[in-house]
Amino acid sequence: MSTTNYIGQATSRVDGPAKVSGAATYSAEVHLPNLAYGYVVSSPIARGKITKIHADEVLALPGVIQVFSHENVPSVAWLDKKHQDQVAPGGSPFRALQSPEIQFSQQPVAMVMAESFELARYAASLLRIEYEQEAHETNLETQRAKGYEPGKGKTGYQPPPPPRGNPDKAWEQAAHRMEAEYVHGTQHHNPMELFSTTVDWHGEGKITAYDKTQGVFNVKNYLVGVFGLNKDDVRVVNHFVGGGFGSGLRPQYSVYLAVLAALELRRPVRLTLTRAQMFSFGHRPQPLQYVKLGTNPDGSLAALQHHVLHETSHFEEYTENIVTWSGMLYQCDNVKLGYQVAPLDVFTPLDMRAPGAASGSIALEIAMDEMAYEAGIDPLELRLRSYAERDQNQDKPFSSKKLRDCYHQGAAKFGWEKRTMAPGSMREGNMLVGWGVGGGVWDATQKKSAAKASITADGKLTVLSGSGENGAGTYTIMTQIAAETLGLPLEAVTYQLGDTDQPEAPLQGGSWTAASVGTAVQSVCQDLAGKILKLAQKQADSPLQDAKFEDVEFLNGQIRLRADHSQSVVIRDVLQSSGEAKIEADGSTTPNMPKQSQYSLHSHNVVFVEVKVDEDLGTVHVTRVVNAIAAGRILNQKTARSQVLGSVVWGIGMALMEETVIDHKFGRYMNHNFAEYHVPVNADIRDIDVIFVDEEDDIVNPLGVKGIGEVGMLGVTAAVANAIYHATGKRVRDLPITIDKLL
Amino acid sequence: MNSFTFHRATGVDDAVRETTRHTGAAYIGGGTNLIDLMKENVMRPSYLVSVAKLPLAAIEALPDGGLRLGAMATNADTAWHEDVKSRYPLLNQAILAGASPQLRNAATNGGNLMQRTRCLYFYDLATPCNKREPGTGCSAIGGFNRIHAIFGASDQCIATHPSDMCVALAALAPTVRVSGPDGERSIAFDDFHRLPGDQPEKDNNLRPGELIISLDLPAKGFSKNFSYLKLRDRQSYAFALISVAAGLELDGTTITDARLALGGVAHKPWRDQEAEQLLIGQPATVETFARVAAQVVSTAVGQGSNDFKIELARRAVVRALKQAAEGSQQATDVFQNSNP
Ligand SMILES: Cc1cc2nc3c(=O)[nH]c(=O)nc-3n(C[C@H](O)[C@H](O)[C@H](O)COP(=O)(O)OP(=O)(O)OC[C@H]3O[C@@H](n4cnc5c(N)ncnc54)[C@H](O)[C@@H]3O)c2cc1C
Ligand code: SF4
Repeated sequence: MSTTNYIGQATSRVDGPAKVSGAATYSAEVHLPNLAYGYVVSSPIARGKITKIHADEVLALPGVIQVFSHENVPSVAWLDKKHQDQVAPGGSPFRALQSPEIQFSQQPVAMVMAESFELARYAASLLRIEYEQEAHETNLETQRAKGYEPGKGKTGYQPPPPPRGNPDKAWEQAAHRMEAEYVHGTQHHNPMELFSTTVDWHGEGKITAYDKTQGVFNVKNYLVGVFGLNKDDVRVVNHFVGGGFGSGLRPQYSVYLAVLAALELRRPVRLTLTRAQMFSFGHRPQPLQYVKLGTNPDGSLAALQHHVLHETSHFEEYTENIVTWSGMLYQCDNVKLGYQVAPLDVFTPLDMRAPGAASGSIALEIAMDEMAYEAGIDPLELRLRSYAERDQNQDKPFSSKKLRDCYHQGAAKFGWEKRTMAPGSMREGNMLVGWGVGGGVWDATQKKSAAKASITADGKLTVLSGSGENGAGTYTIMTQIAAETLGLPLEAVTYQLGDTDQPEAPLQGGSWTAASVGTAVQSVCQDLAGKILKLAQKQADSPLQDAKFEDVEFLNGQIRLRADHSQSVVIRDVLQSSGEAKIEADGSTTPNMPKQSQYSLHSHNVVFVEVKVDEDLGTVHVTRVVNAIAAGRILNQKTARSQVLGSVVWGIGMALMEETVIDHKFGRYMNHNFAEYHVPVNADIRDIDVIFVDEEDDIVNPLGVKGIGEVGMLGVTAAVANAIYHATGKRVRDLPITIDKLL
Repeated sequence: MNSFTFHRATGVDDAVRETTRHTGAAYIGGGTNLIDLMKENVMRPSYLVSVAKLPLAAIEALPDGGLRLGAMATNADTAWHEDVKSRYPLLNQAILAGASPQLRNAATNGGNLMQRTRCLYFYDLATPCNKREPGTGCSAIGGFNRIHAIFGASDQCIATHPSDMCVALAALAPTVRVSGPDGERSIAFDDFHRLPGDQPEKDNNLRPGELIISLDLPAKGFSKNFSYLKLRDRQSYAFALISVAAGLELDGTTITDARLALGGVAHKPWRDQEAEQLLIGQPATVETFARVAAQVVSTAVGQGSNDFKIELARRAVVRALKQAAEGSQQATDVFQNSNP
């Protein structure tokens, strides 16, 4: 028998076969009898109000059931608090169809319900709506003066720390200095799977919502609050997400509208948004970032300033941590960080993979490269000269930090020492070759999570925890943890998630699922193991009679004495002879705050990128990437690597092509389809090397896991931009770096 | 529901008759463009005449030494046809530079000529567009016009024709055979598409009811010295910002015949015959190419966000001609020869 030590192995996805064979059911694929289909009508204007809706014209079509709009929807909870989900920013969450007021382009203004999707869509295309248009403002450039420091409304938002040292004077007096403004494009999450909700109606006020979400409990609590439903009457289910990237962190208007329709029509309902409508809610905001750096004569950082302004909506105050990381990634005694938002006539921005850090690391890491050239020091060496041994923001030691290993191993793998400093100095034919570096830091977070484990007499283990599965590999790593903890083969373990009938798990975001849910799964499985041990000890002549839990190990289907492997029992035999049909354990785990609060808990990475740029034509190819990551223990080499590959691809896209284009005349995002909203395709991507450096950490959580969903994205975009500078001598500070910017 | 009648044409005559008889009728080939436009409510035909299965998919030699490309042959079958590969590799390269394998497998040659612009405003009913709704205005003028025309635009419309295949065809100069209510006729490729003028709703000079039945390539294929250079925002599955189809005939180092067409720059595939004349008789040197390229862009007009295309077009013309003269292929693709 092969060993049941699964943690850290490159185990293939346990849900892979279901996904590739089509057996995995997504929210829009739940088949229910008597479904009514909804189709959302979106506003063509960005600001104003609806003056008339000609609903009667489409209601006359046979098969059209209803046209919902502000004229006829029931009222919902009045208090904003009831509409605020777990991660809502401060303010007044958007309430679809509750008022004639238009607050952003593509705002849902009506929902047509019909007996088929096609009919609903057709009817929606015929629905005439009259508007009174008002002037809108969607251009941040013209609203700079409106920037202000936001409040602490949003969970997870930390206002930047107060300045330390004397950042202005230190910058003035620095041996070398740089200052520059950076901007990158607005991005929409655009997972492949469209937002979709299928609602089953079980009678008055009782529903099950199959919703595309990254957190079933968040959606459930929201629905209960908004519609005033009974907690026990609402169930939210999501077994698979076809990509989230943060778009499913908050309940979207699609689930709200689908449930509204089901409650009103008293029948099952399905609502699916279109690709264009995927551009009608949250997005990664476009920040204007100003960075000033100065170095001492020895090349260490003397001053660091990082100021940001980005948009929020008029109804909510969205915040993310963009600048905080800059006070932590490098050792610097004179630091000033500033953060402001300004309202525009757009939907509220929404956390997107590595929210804040992805943006902040672009500015800081391009600035570091500019600083390296000002100071005439190799960009990697510059980083090493300001290596932070302590988190100066919090004045705490790191629980662990192997970033130096990342620098060394990454550089060795990439061949960084062969780099010549001067821009344009590394040619290959008529191609300019450029090598760039960048990196970042991300939180290692553990959240309260609950789980339940049960094992039947045949040795089959089922573990439940209502977390999400974005495609990150959650099913797989939880199965690995459970199997290893109980010494069972993977095939004997089933892990189930995504259902509010299960024990409560946090939203899937922030790279905390592995640490949070993993710890809970491990803990309940240990409890279950304790119970099995007790049963084993009840058996006559048990070789484990006097053993304490610490004295035994669960391995390869057996329980055995650590000190004497010959003293063992077979787990299945124990279960069968116990006479119990099923043994269960449940519970929840919380972070060890007294221990954790003494430390700064973070993951780190560094990315090396090679580009080749056609000197005449400005075309850029990213030919090589090495991403070295220190993120604690890696639970699954394969799914972890996949997470990082996806991050790198996204980072490349962010550097070279990805951007939602807004036409300020219409206040409207214009490239709202996959033909024109460019993300990398296979042909754009070549070698990507991922290194996970060894990093032990018994402070972050019992598993020693920091999470890798987001850290892998940091530094990629800046490294591409820096490589392009190295190749061409052109410093582009306005991303994405499309062909026109290199002519 | 959005009801339309679907009629599978039984023959060319049937197709033409059905389309002429029904108001709001349209041909449908592979449907890769029309269905999208129907989903976005940009086009709303009430009667679809499917022509994809008409027996016009053959690719066959013509008595004059040319090659006939059936209008219903798919883009993929056309690109990979032995005669196209060996005699008209420029066409092979251009087709393969476009769309994706899945799309090329479905798209027909007729449909490729007829595909509509990718102008973002044309696709979005929330914004005015003269091409979609004549008289409403052109949102792209003064708007986001990075992908728009630098040649031959009008104050009514600055859209571009998005095809890659058609750029190679513009250089190769086939005739387009069409069949209509008044019988068959042939249209020189350069006269097929049109400039927007004050009728931007009209993409081409096809008359009502006319069906494209074949593209007849002349014998000359520029199979030795050619280049299709496509510059775009990503390496595949993106339309050209600028593309250049170049074909040369050389006697030693002297250019004896030349073809030059640009894509992504005008309401029609932009063949520049003046530039071709300038090339003929000249040495195939970078100096010649630079002079000709400067001439090509001398009439270009930018619209704001597409100003860069003028310089990009100039450089692309030089590169394409150079590649054609060297007999090397397109390949800005460093991946193929990158060995880090
Ligand atoms: C995402 C995406 C990316 C693409 N990228 C590229 C690209 O990079 N380069 C490129 O060149 N193309 C690209 N294309 C476009 C593609 O090449 C065209 O959609 C295709 O060639 C159209 O052919 P079809 O047979 O599917 O036409 P259909 O969609 O069937 O028809 C298009 C139009 O032609 C008319 N029509 C069809 N056949 C005939 C005929 N025989 N006679 C008269 N009228 C006819 C129809 O009435 C309709 O108006 C892309 C398309 C998509 C969707
Ligand atoms: S360029 Fe042409 S297609 Fe685009 S908006 Fe203007 S009129 Fe319409």
